[in-house]
Amino acid sequence: MAKPLQRSSPSRSPWLDRLSAFGVWSVALIITAIFAWIMGDILWRGAGQISWDFLTLPPQNAGRDGGIGPILVSTGLILVVCLSVSLPLGLGTAVFLSEFTAADNGFGRLVRRSLDILSGVPSIVFGLFGYTFFAQTLGLGFSILSGGLTLACMVLPILIRSAEEGFRAVPADYRLSAASLGLSRTATLWHLLLPAAVPGIVVGLVLGIGRAIAETAALIFTSGYVDRMPTSLLDSGRALSVHIFDLSMNVPGGDAPAYGSALVLVVLLILLNGAANWIGRRLSFQSGFHWR
Amino acid sequence: MTTLYPKFETSPTSQHPDSSSPFICTEQLSLYYGPQPAFEQVNLAIPAGQITSLVGPSGCGKSSFLTCLNRLTDLISNCRVTGRIRLGNLDVLDAKTDTTALRRRVGMILQKPNPFPLSIWRNLAFPLREHGVRDRAQIDEIVETALQDVGLWDEVKDRLKAPAQSLSGGQQQRLCIARALALQPEALLMDEPCSALDPISSGIVEDLIAGLRSRYTILVVTHNLAQARRIADNVALFWLQQNSGRLIETGSVQEIFEAPKSSITAAYINGVRG
Ligand SMILES: Nc1ncnc2c1ncn2[C@@H]1O[C@H](COP(=O)(O)OP(=O)(O)OP(=O)(O)O)[C@@H](O)[C@H]1O
Ligand SMILES: [Mg+2]
Repeated sequence: MAKPLQRSSPSRSPWLDRLSAFGVWSVALIITAIFAWIMGDILWRGAGQISWDFLTLPPQNAGRDGGIGPILVSTGLILVVCLSVSLPLGLGTAVFLSEFTAADNGFGRLVRRSLDILSGVPSIVFGLFGYTFFAQTLGLGFSILSGGLTLACMVLPILIRSAEEGFRAVPADYRLSAASLGLSRTATLWHLLLPAAVPGIVVGLVLGIGRAIAETAALIFTSGYVDRMPTSLLDSGRALSVHIFDLSMNVPGGDAPAYGSALVLVVLLILLNGAANWIGRRLSFQSGFHWR
Repeated sequence: MTTLYPKFETSPTSQHPDSSSPFICTEQLSLYYGPQPAFEQVNLAIPAGQITSLVGPSGCGKSSFLTCLNRLTDLISNCRVTGRIRLGNLDVLDAKTDTTALRRRVGMILQKPNPFPLSIWRNLAFPLREHGVRDRAQIDEIVETALQDVGLWDEVKDRLKAPAQSLSGGQQQRLCIARALALQPEALLMDEPCSALDPISSGIVEDLIAGLRSRYTILVVTHNLAQARRIADNVALFWLQQNSGRLIETGSVQEIFEAPKSSITAAYINGVRG
């Protein structure tokens, strides 16, 4: 008699199988439920706040009235500063780690270890560092620049490690073939490795943006509280997350605009992730962009 | 820097290499990965314009030997090469040697077909551009010639802009050969170019290699003795002795297959036959 093919590895009792399946499913379900609950809560309580005025007007009465216009601008500027510093630095370091140092190279190991530790450092520590270094030592004061640079330090480890993984995932044969065709390292890097590593870079970017845009502690110390429209990068500017924190902790009756702001933050995060993925697809090999 | 190679020609004058003199000569060539030798003291002269086949058991340093010849060993961090390699009057291992120029003269084909994730056309055009060919018309002509040389032109001429990955394995390998040929090299190093292909594609690539005889100096590693016998003019046998590869015997196909001097060669030939 032909036995039916067993799908899973043979186990001692079907009971154990069922129990573990049940466990796995319930964990997944709980996580989905928690996520849905949070989203539902924010949507339920925040959606009513959203209007054109809310998105464009400056806050009034400590944020209870008015909108979040200047806060959105500050958030955007902080993010731009953060990414325009961390992206080139991160890619450069990732290229150095994956293409110019062997996996077992001592210095490379040291850099990698430091990055792993850095990525686990609490953001409040980054905040203190940013405050003493960027705001005080470099004299940038409480400013969007200080905040963006501090965030860049926070995001760099994540960005570097994911980008490095991206580069390492490129088949070694590409490098060998490229070299055997007499291609320079620069040409190989630009035309082959970088596009092939885009998926990894995008992952790092998405994680980095997520960390940056959600950051509160590090920004309170560096970009500050001021909720006026910034006129330069040296102005203090309140980030969205700081605004939410302030509304819910320090402003009695600030819950409604806090939820409105939270909704905006979540939507922004989703949009930015979408954009990163879209740009990634355009730049990677799958797009045909390189095929011409 | 002196240019070691001629300018790109749109239609290469088929210059038949002088087969009386060796194209590449190695003297006491040894290669070490860290302290461990891959092969030692190899003295081998590779005749110009002929197909020389490198055979031997796994791990005896055949691939390593190939990578010395175009200095691909530079890419491996713990790799050390000693001895001499002469290519004409060029000292290949000299640190001052221009590896870009060297690698244009000596092309290489890897075991697994690995076209770049670009279009068919750009797979050939991209290296050409990097070697300074900017003129679109000239690029187009060189691309067409190279694709014709590998018998791929009629199959792909209508979809040059399609991704190279959409080709079959055998076509991809021929594309890789075309990519090397487009740079108008003098020699080709091939590391088991057929072993990742199905029998029919393998046969096509084998015929292609045989067809390139006399226009290029070809060094091909193969585990397929029948293939070596079919396409090669000369055979060199590597063997593992005391944990490092040695060159045991070289000779024409007839000498190696019909009158091997070394008992190892005889055993190897017969072992595979029987
Ligand atoms: N990058 C490397 N680092 C360290 N050791 C290596 C490296 N490449 C090859 N070796 C070792 O060198 C020896 C020779 O390897 P090589 O690949 O040249 O053999 P081969 O004759 O091509 O074998 P095969 O027929 O299986 O392809 C092997 O023992 C191998 O393990
Ligand atoms: Mg090999």
